[in-house]
Amino acid sequence: MLEIRWHSRAGQGAVTGAKGLADVISTTGKHVQAFAFYGSAKRGAAMTAYNRVNDEVIMNHEKYMEPDYVFVIDPALVYTTDVTINAKENTIFIITTHMSTEELVASQPKLEGKTVYTVDCIKIAQETIGRAIPNTPMLGAFMKISEMYDIEFFKESMKRILAKLPQKIVDANMLAIQRAYDEVK
Amino acid sequence: MAFDKVELKDIEVWDGNFAASQAMRQCQIDVVAAYPITPSTPIVEGYGNMKANNLIEGEFVMVESEHAAMSGCIGAAAAGGRVATATSSQGFALMVETLYQASGMRLPIVLNVVNRALAAPLNVNGDHSDMYLGRDSGWIQLDAYCPQDAYDMNFIAFKVAEDHDVRLPCMVHQDGFMTSHTAQGVHTLDDDTAYGFVGEFKPMNDMLDFEHPVTHGVQTEEDWHFEHKARQHNDLMTKVLPKIQAAFDDFEKISGRKYNIVEKYDMEDADVAVVCMGTSVETAREVAGEMREKGIKAGVVGLRVVRPFPFFEIAEALKEVKAIAALDRSSPNGAPGMLFNEIAGCLINTPANPMLSGFVYGLGGRDLTKKHLVEIYTQLQANVDAGKLTTPQQQFIGVRGPKLSFL
Repeated sequence: MLEIRWHSRAGQGAVTGAKGLADVISTTGKHVQAFAFYGSAKRGAAMTAYNRVNDEVIMNHEKYMEPDYVFVIDPALVYTTDVTINAKENTIFIITTHMSTEELVASQPKLEGKTVYTVDCIKIAQETIGRAIPNTPMLGAFMKISEMYDIEFFKESMKRILAKLPQKIVDANMLAIQRAYDEVK
Repeated sequence: MAFDKVELKDIEVWDGNFAASQAMRQCQIDVVAAYPITPSTPIVEGYGNMKANNLIEGEFVMVESEHAAMSGCIGAAAAGGRVATATSSQGFALMVETLYQASGMRLPIVLNVVNRALAAPLNVNGDHSDMYLGRDSGWIQLDAYCPQDAYDMNFIAFKVAEDHDVRLPCMVHQDGFMTSHTAQGVHTLDDDTAYGFVGEFKPMNDMLDFEHPVTHGVQTEEDWHFEHKARQHNDLMTKVLPKIQAAFDDFEKISGRKYNIVEKYDMEDADVAVVCMGTSVETAREVAGEMREKGIKAGVVGLRVVRPFPFFEIAEALKEVKAIAALDRSSPNGAPGMLFNEIAGCLINTPANPMLSGFVYGLGGRDLTKKHLVEIYTQLQANVDAGKLTTPQQQFIGVRGPKLSFL
């Protein structure tokens, strides 16, 4: 079982990202689950979304998770929420920030000793898509770190999932995914 | 008006809401009258989107409240059409008056209920309070444990409700957010197979059949009211479960998916068993497997049909079990939980003499963790080892503060 927790603000696309990732993985024959904690959250409120991936049907519906990966797609959430909660020793963190990994860990001692990768998904999204929607770039970074799929296969799959959007936006998302794949450290 | 068919993948990654929307589209409903409410909103939103994209031929009526939504459904069903809608929680509560009209008038409406807590305090998350509120309303109630079930149970609902020997409305329940907003792989039916299963709507006593005038919505005082209610109860008690079983059998032939009135997992030799509904059934299945690795003979019983209550099927499933936990996701507010009471009722006049514990859990969407379930099974086994109940008969789990237990 592979388990992922997303930290996001409502409106930044974590749910869409989690469902998109689930959709891609499902086409490869694995079983998937994607869900989120909602409540009556308004745009901008901190929220979490989740992925589970397994070779067998996923029957566990508990919301509690000790994630293998933590994605943080809004830079401030590292300070205003505990992104390390319920983490395991080998949990891998991929965090959106304009800082280097060393600067980030120095600024948030809870990340010390953890496996942390950084990438500026906000900046990448602004420069490619034109809006601060950091979800698809995070998936590009995840492909690099996890080596789950070949990046070209992943981009082709995402094109199908984003097919309802205008071609210009789809192209911009592909660029964003590739840039995050290349830039994550 | 012509409408377009949809090519679906064999496995779609859908949440429970969209699975229900797609099933509704495939059933070719004549009238949907709806008023959106969280967490069921995406069902009618998705359905309305398909309507706008010419994928649906029937009428979609936007109304001003859930009371009006069910009233519109009742009118359309009495006129003689296939009818459905969706709601949750406060909306369901507002519908209650009309729910009794629908069942009393024997109108085969399908209602998707995305289970959610009832205020106060206001809460949009999933528990079974609304499902429990509907259990005396004269409707058939089917329960889904995951998005796949939410899709499949819609077909079963139309098939059973519209049967001329049944003619009773049917609810399809799924857990708010835990199923409704959780995307998982759903094995689809193609449009023709799905529609072929439910079949063309066959009207009965329809008001638009002017050759055969009928009266709907009548008043009967002490002269006839009891006879009508008795016949309705008789049909729920004697006709519905066999029709559901037949529908499950037919559905297995087209889908390969087997459903049962009472779902039993690891029950063949179980000493201890959890009885529950919704997503909890699947989580409990996983934990039962883990308990067996530790040497505890654990099993799970899930209700697929909540009403009519499968009295004999539950008794049969539990007859050899030594200790049972009844898990109710609704506050009984001054009584044992519904499942505790119903299970006690179906076992009391049998040779079985198990120890029965009631647990109230998960209110307002509070997480039911695997750890909770491990604790329950461990406690049941302790009862078996001691040969007697070692705890009060009603316990609250997952609630903060000092441990709450009663009875």
